[in-house]
Amino acid sequence: MASALKQVAAGDTVSLQAGLNDLLTLDMAVTELREVNATLQTASIETNDDSWQILNPRGSHAVAVGLDVPIKVIVKGSTGYYCAGMNKQATVHVEGSVGPGVAENMMSGMVIVDGDASQYAGATGHGGLLVVKGNASSRCGISMKGIDIVVHGNIGHMSAFMAQKGNLVVLGDAGSALGDSIYEARLFVHGSVKSLGADCIEKEMRPGHLEILSDLLVRAGADADPTEFKRYGSARKLYNFNIDHAGEY
Amino acid sequence: MEHTHPTIPRQSWTFSNEINSEIRRAASSGIYDIRGGGAKRRVPHFDDLLFMGASMSRYPLEGYREKCETNVTLGTRFAKTPIELAIPITLAGMSFGSLSGPAKEALGRGATLAGTSTTTGDGGMTEEERGHSKLLVYQYLPSRYGMNPDDLRRADAIEVVVGQGAKPGGGGMLLGQKITERVAGMRDLPVGIDQRSACRHPDWTGPDDLEIKILELREITSWEKPIYIKIGGSRPYYDTALSVKAGADVIVLDGMQGGTAATQDVFIEHVGTPTLACIRPAVKALQELGLHRKVQLIVSGGIRTGADVAKALALGADAVSIGTAALVAIGDNDPKWEAEYQKLGTTAGAYDDWHEGRDPAGITTQDPELMARLDPVDAGRRLRNYLNVLTLECQTLARACGKSHVHNLEPEDLCALTIEAAAMAQVPLAGTNWIPGQNGF
Repeated sequence: MASALKQVAAGDTVSLQAGLNDLLTLDMAVTELREVNATLQTASIETNDDSWQILNPRGSHAVAVGLDVPIKVIVKGSTGYYCAGMNKQATVHVEGSVGPGVAENMMSGMVIVDGDASQYAGATGHGGLLVVKGNASSRCGISMKGIDIVVHGNIGHMSAFMAQKGNLVVLGDAGSALGDSIYEARLFVHGSVKSLGADCIEKEMRPGHLEILSDLLVRAGADADPTEFKRYGSARKLYNFNIDHAGEY
Repeated sequence: MEHTHPTIPRQSWTFSNEINSEIRRAASSGIYDIRGGGAKRRVPHFDDLLFMGASMSRYPLEGYREKCETNVTLGTRFAKTPIELAIPITLAGMSFGSLSGPAKEALGRGATLAGTSTTTGDGGMTEEERGHSKLLVYQYLPSRYGMNPDDLRRADAIEVVVGQGAKPGGGGMLLGQKITERVAGMRDLPVGIDQRSACRHPDWTGPDDLEIKILELREITSWEKPIYIKIGGSRPYYDTALSVKAGADVIVLDGMQGGTAATQDVFIEHVGTPTLACIRPAVKALQELGLHRKVQLIVSGGIRTGADVAKALALGADAVSIGTAALVAIGDNDPKWEAEYQKLGTTAGAYDDWHEGRDPAGITTQDPELMARLDPVDAGRRLRNYLNVLTLECQTLARACGKSHVHNLEPEDLCALTIEAAAMAQVPLAGTNWIPGQNGF
């Protein structure tokens, strides 16, 4: 993929003269997290430093966070907590698994995880697309506020808890209490759902929903028939406090 | 036949009129009482402490000539850009949504004029507030309503809210009547629905996780911003130590008299620790870690006067924070609206149905007509005046104790009027050298 690998290590200048489509390299075996993030946060597409790879992430936390430029970052290995947190514009591709809170509070851009994701994947995300090619653990999409999430495998319990906006697509099965206290987010599940949470119900799949789902499946590289999914969302019975519904919490 | 004298009707202390009215209210509504503000019950407080002043063994400073400094620097532990305040009094976090836009603007104006910071709240950062606040602390809350990296970066500090004194362990609810289009838009939710604020963060649990979360926030903001952790008065010794472990630059400790926009009355009155009882355990934790004055401690919850400020500082706080008092300063519960308070079934000074959005003073509302009653420029000036008075009062007391900086106040300057206050503040009962709980007594 790369025609030239150039390493940015501690002490090196980041203003490398890479050619178009070159991959610039940040090796976390020799480069501190602060320098990795500072380099990516200040990367400029105008100087062609728009494609990066991170070597030896070794489960580090907070890798590639706070990016706000349309660069591409490939992480060669697994990361710890909050990889690509608060991402804007950038595309971050993790060739491994991720710890808790991948792409938390993402605003835009795209995050792809080849492996599995731990808890809280895409938590509170406002926009962008998160693709998990393996499984996602509990509380996937918790409090999501507009992000789209596609999980090729299964998701754990309490996923989409208090989900406000956006779409969560699951090609596998969903754990218990899916969509508990959900607001206006849409949940599409191909497999089984162990149980639905408070105020979450199965809803009719209308043409507009199939369109949204088809688009997300294509963008996430998922081979599945949209018509085989079920849609879940809010019954809207808990939107305004009513003492007669207190027992449903 | 001798006349039998009737006894005076005797009201039960256990079943007082107040309690009985609450029983009747509960029986008729079927729901607990929700209100704003902090604990209304009497708990040991700063009023139960006195400064002893200078005499033969202490040397006072001349009140009108000799300097008594009030500046404070917050965030010296890790942040590249600590916050410099002219006075040791900050404005506590209060949300746009619970408060009107003009009220938030007034808080920003007043704080800026007085040389201090103000703080956002649940619901995100508004332009009114950012534009009129020279120093703005951005709260990072469980709901993450309106949270985004741009606002994180244009904040002067970040406050991770773990809890608040009015409801340690509780979340919040902004009722639908206050959810206008603008408020709803900032929170990514439909207009008119109740908006729940979660009681714990969605993507971390416990101090080990929080340490990593703070690392992320620092990485996003290039390690420039001081990071505060706000905790409710619960177990202040351990909570302070764990906040230090999690990486806080500043700890905000909010006692049970601290206010809230809305929660259950039973929560406000029956959960938490009085502010007075919180300070010494927190300071002890910092001292044992060798970080007192290095990790700054801001104390809030029931601060009303310069005496309260001075006493909190003498017990070891670096600064205090005010919320309810600031609202009163800009016009909350003003008797000039008495006729309207009466229509709402209450009276000036007691109005606490802030969640209903019908505030005659135009502060805890989103109603355009009511909001228009508050002139943010004038209200900001009143807040500036009040902050100045608090500072002058604090300086007066500090000089009387011979201190050239308000941070030089110390527990040895204080005595207590009650055994309870002596035990909580760990200062001697007035006229004795007895500190309950020390030396085996």
